[in-house]
Order: sequence, then C-alpha cells, then structure tokens
Amino acid sequence: MRLELRGITKRFGALVANDHIDLVVQPGEIHSLLGENGAGKSTLMNVLYGLYDADEGEILLDDVVQEFAGPGDAMAAGIGMVHQHFMLVPVFTVAENVMLGHEQTRGGGRLDLEAARAQVHEISARFGFHVDPDAVVEDLPVGVQQRVEIIKALSRNADVLVFDEPTAVLTPQETDELMAIMRQLRDEGSAIVFITHKLREVREVADRITVIRHGKVVGEALPTASDAELASLMVGRSVELRVHKDAPTLHDNGLKVRDLVVTSESGTVVVDNVTFEVRGGEVLVIAGVQGNGQTELTEALLGLEPDVSGSITLDGKELVGRSVRHILDEGVGFVPEDRTLDGLIGEFTIAENLMLDRSDGPPFVKGGALQLGYRDQFAEEKVAEFDVRTQGITTPVGRLSGGNQQKVVLARELSRDLRLFVAAQPTRGVDVGSIEFIHKRIVATRDAGVPVVVVSTELDEAVALADRIMVMYRGTVVGVVPADTPRDVLGLMMAGISPEEAKGRGEVA
Amino acid sequence: MSADHMTTQLDAPLSETTRTVTVVSWKTAGVLLSVTVLYALLLVAVPHSGDTRFLLSQRSDFFQIPVIVVPAVAFAWVCGAILLAVTAAVVVLTARGTRTPLWLVSLFVLAGLTGFLAWAGAGSPRDLSIVGLLGGAVLWSVPFVYGALGGVIGERAGVVNIAIEAQLLGAAFTAAVVSSITGSALAGLVAAVVAGALVSLVLGLFAITYHVNQVIVGVVLNVLVVGLTSFLYSQVLVPAAETLNSTTRFSAIPIPILSDIPVLGPVLFRQPALIYLMFIAVPAVWYALNRTKWGLRLRAVGEHPKAADTVGIDVVRTRYNAVLVAGAVAGLGGAFYTTVQLSQFGENMTGGAGYIALAAVIFGKWDPIRAAFAGLLFGFASNLQNVLSVVGSPVPSQFMLMIPYVVTLLAVAGLVGRSRPPAASGEPYIKG
Repeated sequence: MRLELRGITKRFGALVANDHIDLVVQPGEIHSLLGENGAGKSTLMNVLYGLYDADEGEILLDDVVQEFAGPGDAMAAGIGMVHQHFMLVPVFTVAENVMLGHEQTRGGGRLDLEAARAQVHEISARFGFHVDPDAVVEDLPVGVQQRVEIIKALSRNADVLVFDEPTAVLTPQETDELMAIMRQLRDEGSAIVFITHKLREVREVADRITVIRHGKVVGEALPTASDAELASLMVGRSVELRVHKDAPTLHDNGLKVRDLVVTSESGTVVVDNVTFEVRGGEVLVIAGVQGNGQTELTEALLGLEPDVSGSITLDGKELVGRSVRHILDEGVGFVPEDRTLDGLIGEFTIAENLMLDRSDGPPFVKGGALQLGYRDQFAEEKVAEFDVRTQGITTPVGRLSGGNQQKVVLARELSRDLRLFVAAQPTRGVDVGSIEFIHKRIVATRDAGVPVVVVSTELDEAVALADRIMVMYRGTVVGVVPADTPRDVLGLMMAGISPEEAKGRGEVA
Repeated sequence: MSADHMTTQLDAPLSETTRTVTVVSWKTAGVLLSVTVLYALLLVAVPHSGDTRFLLSQRSDFFQIPVIVVPAVAFAWVCGAILLAVTAAVVVLTARGTRTPLWLVSLFVLAGLTGFLAWAGAGSPRDLSIVGLLGGAVLWSVPFVYGALGGVIGERAGVVNIAIEAQLLGAAFTAAVVSSITGSALAGLVAAVVAGALVSLVLGLFAITYHVNQVIVGVVLNVLVVGLTSFLYSQVLVPAAETLNSTTRFSAIPIPILSDIPVLGPVLFRQPALIYLMFIAVPAVWYALNRTKWGLRLRAVGEHPKAADTVGIDVVRTRYNAVLVAGAVAGLGGAFYTTVQLSQFGENMTGGAGYIALAAVIFGKWDPIRAAFAGLLFGFASNLQNVLSVVGSPVPSQFMLMIPYVVTLLAVAGLVGRSRPPAASGEPYIKG
C-alpha cells in the first residue's frame, strides 16, 4: 500500500512540531525518517497513527484520503506501528497481547486463546521468530518483546509498518536481526517507515531517506550519502562526529570497587560481584544494553541503593554505608540517568537548580537564609560558562530543551571540587550541538586528573569517550577492554559473550 | 576480574536468568509474635475458670454431634502453646530465608481463635454455637465480599474505588426506601444496584473524565453520601417511618437435603437469596475478568492504558463500564443492610464496611476469589463480637467492637506478602 502525507501540520500551543510535512512511502520500500531528538518525527507518526489530530494536512493510502479518529481506525486501514516504548501489557501473555483489541470469542464470551496462539505460531514461523505464545511478556528479553510488537502489527494485516526508534534498546546483533526482518517485510511488499537518529543504521537499511529538522522536511538523501553529509543535514551545520582527546595521563588516586553486590527490593541481584578500578585522568565507559545493572551500579556509587555489599573506596576512603551527603562531600559529582526525574526540579528556576546540593551552609545559605545575591551571581557565571541557552536564570528548568537541561545538571555537578565524576547516559535525548559540548566537558574533567565513569548504551559514544570500556551483562562484568576494540566484539560482549570468545568469533566472521 | 569468572561467562547463554536471592521479610513473624504475646497476656491478666461448651449440631441435622465440653483454661493454654510453636517455626523459617507457608498461618489463626473462644466462653451456662459463629460470619461478610468485588473490578481497570463505602451506604438507603414503598425485597435490590452504579457514575465523572485524584474523589464521595443519607433519613424517613422505612426482607431459603448436613448445611445452605447470589457472583467475576473479552480489555486499561489505546480500545469507555459494574456489584452488598440484616435504614449503618472491603481487595491481591475469602475472614471477625456478647464473655464490648478493624489491620500490614497492584491503578489516562 502506498502511503502519502500531504502538508501535515501539528501545533502544540506556540510550538510547531510538524510544519507542512510531505512524505511518500512506496510499497516494497524502506523509507527512513531521520532527525534529531525533538525534530518532530514521533509527533508525525502519532498523527499518522491517529493518536494526534493534525491541525492541517491529510493522510492518503493508495491515493484515498483517510480520516483517523483513533489508532483503531489507523489499524483498520492497514497501518501498524512498532513503538519505541513497547505498547505491550507486561503481565499479559504474548497471545493475549496479540489478540487484544481484535479478540475472537467462543461460546459464553470466552476468549479464543487457541486462535491467537495459532496466529502467533503462524507469523513466528514465517519470520523465524521462535516466540512462545504463552510466555508472559515481562519475562521476555527486549529483543523478543519487539518481535511481539511486530507480530501484533502483522496479525492485523498491516501493509504500512512504522518502526519508531526500534534499535534504541537492542544489542548490535539484535539490531542486525531486526534489519533482516525489515528487509524481509519490504520484500513481501510492505511499505516501511523507519524512524531513527542513528546514521549507521539508516545507511545500512534505507532505500530512501527524508531528513527532518525543527518540524520541517529539510531534504532527501540516498543511502549512499556519507555520515558527515547526513549529520550536517540533520543538525543544520557541519558537526564534529569525533571526540578529540589526547592519550590519558594516569594518576595514582582513583576509585576502587571490590566485589560489589547490589540486590533489588524484590531479591534480584542486579549488580553481581562487580570489581573494577578507575584511576585519576582516565574515562571508564560502562557499556551494555539498558537494564543490565548499570543504573544500579552508578546509584550504588552515590549511596542511593539500600542493599549493597562489597567495597567502594575513593582515594582509600570507604564509601559503602555512608550517606549520600557524606559521599557528595567526598567530592563525587553525579549526573543521573534521567535528568527530569532525578537531576532537576522542573518547576524551579535555573538558579535554584544550580544550588540544590549546597543548601546546607555558606556561601549559599547564611543563618538559615538563602543568599539570593550570591545565588544569582553564581548562576549567571555558570550559565555563561556552560553555554546554557536561556532567556535568563529565572527561567524554570522544565522549559529548557533537553540539551540545555543537561548542561544545567553538568554545571551543578562540575562546579564542586571533584575527586570522582559519574555520568549516566549524559547525552540521552540531547541535541547534537549539546552532545559535542558535553563530551568536551567530560574530557576536560578527565584531563584535570579526575577519575571519570560514564554509562552509555550507545556504542558510538562509548568508543568515542572511553579510555577503557567495561561491558556489563545481567549485572556482571563481561570484561574490561581497550577503547579500540572492534565494534562487533563489543556487540557480542553486550550479549554476554566473553571478550576472548567474542574476538574468536569476530575473526571467523 | 578473576579468570574463573570469565569461564562462567563463556557458558552463559542469553536465556540464562538473572541471579536472585530470597528477600527475608520479618513482618509475618513480627505479627505472629505480637499476637502470641497479647494472647498470653490476656490469659494471665484476666483468669477464668470453668468449662466451655461447643455446640456443633442443630436439631434438624441428619445426625447429631454431641456438645463438646472442654476445661477452658487448660484448653486455652494448649492453644497458646500451639501459637508459640507456630511462631517459633516461622522465626526459624524466616531466618533460613524460607517464606512462611500458608498452612502455618492458617493453623495459627485456627488455634488462636479456638483458644480465645474457649477462654471467653468459660463458665458460661450457654452453649457456644459453632453454627451460629460460622453462619453469622457468612452473613456478616456479605457487604465485605460484594464491596471487595466492586473494588477489584474498579481497580483492575485502573480506577481506585475508595467510594465502596458510599456505594454500600447509598445502596442500603435506596433499597430501604424502594423496598418499603413497593413491599418487594427484589425491587429494593434492583434499586440498590442502580444506586451503587450512580455513585460510581459520579466517581467516574471526576476520576476518569476530569482526572481528579481518585483517592480524594472517593473519600469525598464517602463523606458526601454519609451526609446526604443522614439528612434524608432525619428529614424524610423518620417522620414517615411506617411507609418509607420499614422494609420487606429476603427470607432464608433452605436448600433441600444440602441444608441438613451438620454444621455446613445451616452455615451455607439455609441463607437468603442474596447470599446464594454471592456464591455465584464470586466465581462469575473471576471468570469474566480472566476468561472473557470484557475482562481482557478491562485489565489492559488497568495495566497499560496507552497500549490498549494503540490497539483501538476506548480507554475512557472501558473504565466507565468497569466502574459502573463495580458500583452495581457493591450496591448488592449495600442491599444486605436493609433487605437482609435489618428491616429499616439507620444513620451511617455501614460503619466503615466499605473501608474493610477495600482492605479485603488488597489482602486478596486484587483477585476476586482471594478477596472474597478475605471478606469472609473480616466477616468472621465482625460476627465474633456478637457471638461472644451472647455467650456472656467478660471482654468489654467496646473492645470487642475493635476486633474486625484490628484483624483487618494485622492482615493487611503483616500477612499480605508480596503483591502487585494493577500498574495503572489510580492513574488517570490523559491522551498523547
């Protein structure tokens, strides 16, 4: 089925998320929609899927104008979507998730689970998925959950399939498998929209590329275009894709983690006997697919995890069992994984957020009273130093873009005397321009002799920033390897395969 | 990183599950220990003497079981020893990291209750009727069970039904008026269902359509209905009590043969129709939730409304549907007060039963069958005070009145164990 979007415009108040976007996707074609976070890709797809009403423009399928009141209409018309955040009910089985919304029933209103199972088996067999229809979705690995999403779409005979940032949660190998599936779907005649901001994937799988910036289509490209060309089209100027850094100068100080075990409230061992060392002047990147214990490990470093055993020493001082306040006072800077949840108070101003961790004494507080003059002067300095793009220091942080919010977090955490810097996912949801800046600051911190721990799920970022890479899988350390380790070896390590074996397999392949 | 760690990784396939350890919770042990200590204190502080007579049979039974007479104090202390033994066993198990098995807790409850009953009935010339105790428990549990079913249905759809109390009280009032006017208990029951659903409609309007905090709406509704029914009672019902507030009640319908089984017969099969309906409603709600399209969609909007929305399910309509059904079911429970228990409405006559039903929902882990059993337990606790006052127990009646609430508190705080509410419970669904 041929999909055409004509002049789609969607406004949220004063913000124009989609500005007269035109897009044509032919059957048997993978059309990639490339753009930065916040460029308006997801908004466009939510319009296509009937989740949002467009303010202007129309959607055509095989040249027939469509009216979608909700996702039900879009699905009935043959549009299927594999959402970035899976739209699966975690406590339901695969079969229940697949049948939800178009259930078949037998006598007495009883659900016909047999029919749903048969359908899951049939589609699984067609694509070689190996999905058990009776498995509970939350027990499945993310890669398999994504296949359930695909089965869900196909079970409704979708001819147009939208993949919204599908590789964000996958290992490199799972990504390759997904791309094979997309090609197979294309060859069977589906029209595929592939939304992403990852250049490598676009060039690998797309037949055509449309680039979106600030809600507008800014150009089309062929998969033969270079990374640099695509990046500059996406960002609107030429960008430095590499991080410049000199060889590290190692110091004797540093962080030592020995036999660290973190147990979650429900009894799952989320960090399992982890031992590593980071010396002053080097960046250790903790790589791995999201949810393999990285979050809990960084939170344990800051004293946020309640159930921790083992030892964490910073310059010889034990941190396990100490309060967060004490650990901060030891000189630990911490950029949390989710800045809006744990890093900032959205309703507070920039100036207030910048002093959040220092409200217990001079110079910000004297005799119990906030020193507003000092606070504002400090904020003005930091906003200038960290290039926070804002109208003023009294702007609530929640109104800033992701990149500028992250700069505020970074400014706060880097303006103390640090002896350890921990940054979890420092560039997630951040525009390319801010990524460059954040990377530079991280390298500068390392060059100042501070041990730096960065958690990243993006292999490109890990390779660019790291002096050494530690890969985690299911709470354990798979291995610590140099930054110039080949990508496919790192990818295999992210699936739990030891570095030795991964290198062996890499050579065979 | 050690070398042997590496080798274990070599064999680790993708499907290998993450290591887990058992989390030890001392809650159960703590509750059991406190109850044991309280029990012992009671025996020591208020000594009794004499025998206790447990009556099991009724005259109409197939065969007669003789009255069991036990020396009260000795028997109570034997039960106390069992309590101590169970508590010790639970402490040992917990220290070893094993979860407390349900049969141990059940044994504890049974021993504690029998011992307490023996002690309380000591020296009383009257027989302590087990049938009365259990049959009354079933009766008393009716509003709790229906209320809990209403709570489960609402919450599985993502709407916390704090307004059970309002649904019960509103239904009790309406059933009283309609049954008095029409002279038909059935008409009263139908009116109660409508009244429960109407309270739900208000809850739905604020909680689903206007995204108001569900707990606040529920509590406000409860207070509102207390005020409203009290006002109407004093202004309308009291002056015209003969015509408006003297209801026709459901009478007990003994089921042939089954009702003549000793103990069980009169407890389960010599009851009014509303109780038989409850026996059917509990499995019916379970079936509807777990085996039908209606239930699948209802649970989907309670767990992940956005996922339901993206497959074309109307979240708002599904939630309204669930809340209205929930109110109607709770309304059946409200009808109990004025068409089974009493033949007139009294001010605030539900006395917090809706909150106990809510506790039954949590104690029952959001499952209709477990919640019904929880309701039964709370019903038993409520009935205990009646039976003991008939026997002539020395326990002050004010203390006895606390029993159902204390049992609820202990049950929910100490014995619930690990449970997970529906993920989107209490979350309004805002599109986009």
